[in-house]
Amino acid sequence: MVVAFFGRGVVVDAVSDEALRWQTIVGGIALLLGVFSIVQVHWRRVATRHEDRVYSAILLLCLAVMAGFGVFGGVGTGSVYDWLFENIQSPMMATMFSMLAFFIASAGYRAFRARSVPSAILLVTAIIVMLGRIPMGQYLYDGLPGWATWIMTVPSVAVQRGIIIGAALGAASMSLRVLIGIERTYLGRG
Amino acid sequence: MKILSTTVTTLLVFNIWAATAFAQDAAPTGIFRFERINILIAAVLFSAAVLWYIRRAVNGEKFYIRPLPGLSAVDEAVGRATEMGRPVVFIPGTGELDKIQTIAGLSVLGRVAAATARCRTPLRVPVLYPLPMAAANEVVKQAYLDEGVYEPLDPQTVQYVAGESFSYSARIGGMMLREKPAAAIYMGEFSAESLLIAEMGQAAGAIQIAGTAEPEQLPFFIASCDYTLIGEEFYAASAYLSGEPKMLGALRGQDLMKIVLVIVILGGVASATIGWGEQIWRSLLQTL
Repeated sequence: MVVAFFGRGVVVDAVSDEALRWQTIVGGIALLLGVFSIVQVHWRRVATRHEDRVYSAILLLCLAVMAGFGVFGGVGTGSVYDWLFENIQSPMMATMFSMLAFFIASAGYRAFRARSVPSAILLVTAIIVMLGRIPMGQYLYDGLPGWATWIMTVPSVAVQRGIIIGAALGAASMSLRVLIGIERTYLGRG
Repeated sequence: MKILSTTVTTLLVFNIWAATAFAQDAAPTGIFRFERINILIAAVLFSAAVLWYIRRAVNGEKFYIRPLPGLSAVDEAVGRATEMGRPVVFIPGTGELDKIQTIAGLSVLGRVAAATARCRTPLRVPVLYPLPMAAANEVVKQAYLDEGVYEPLDPQTVQYVAGESFSYSARIGGMMLREKPAAAIYMGEFSAESLLIAEMGQAAGAIQIAGTAEPEQLPFFIASCDYTLIGEEFYAASAYLSGEPKMLGALRGQDLMKIVLVIVILGGVASATIGWGEQIWRSLLQTL
């Protein structure tokens, strides 16, 4: 991949494309491992009458139903699999996503406390940005949206860039440690 | 096994030969992308700095690494879980195995698994994708063997959970609220599910330690977790926990490059301030 990034040519491109294709194939086969893991864990829960066996049974039933309809009925538009996905799974995913709004409120309620000078600065900044984003903020004070925009585009972006630069250097160092074999814990060796 | 590997190699070579033999003639542009030479020079300099400091570390030089509260708290978190008789949950991110953040997360998992094995504390590692699941399985197994735990690994320790992030969050939420872990450690790449997971961990009463290099998710972890490792601190976690001289030397080399970058940035800011914009530097380089 490194050679493909800096190099050019028919052979280099062919090797790189082939490696990516094999990555996709291996990833697809690995999905079978995942399915086996799910079935093993949840079947054991049902068989040993675990207190959460009802949830495990529902999961196994849903797995069988979706897999069955997908394999035998196809996954195209208008299929039963597609109907189940659009009318059951998609709304559930949207429900989980919508919970974020309430979790942001609860996390903000806990985090925005004036316990110290830095947390007080955070609190005031959060109030300015939140009010500056809604019409009421402009009603209260005309310049508030401008302040909010300045906070989001100048100091916030500057700090984010600093974090990204540090993280990029950390990633490069980690990658080098992996490539030269110093870092082997992820392989299961100390 | 030999037949399988021979077949795979033959297929690979045939595909590459076919791609090259039937490739259309492109305009001759050379085999090296000169437009990316600046990246190559930076990569070579960075690697040289890291390797130099690794060599110094191998030769016995000691390097000071500032304490990271989040990592010092890992042992405390595992100890708390042991005393309360509740499991430790470790989430190695929601990225695939080809992401460096997932590799970094798995490296920290090895250390955490060793701590839980020593204390005989149950460990739960729910994973979003199957390849990281396989890798996490090996990491945990090896950590347990290194600590003298020879019993077969409980299938519930490392489990594949869905293949979609919100389904994964729902499962994690259920696990948190039913099993009530005493410690929850999140190390890796996260997206929208970060706040869902962290808030559910907060509701379960777990001590939470998070680490990620995603700038968009850091505020959520900082608001919900007890300790957060930001960006490069997360990548340094494995080196910090191992304490190996080579790893600490690599961290030092990375810091040297950071200093160089800061100098370059300050130089750029100064030159832009006095009116020496990009045009002047480009014409200067062309003259050279």
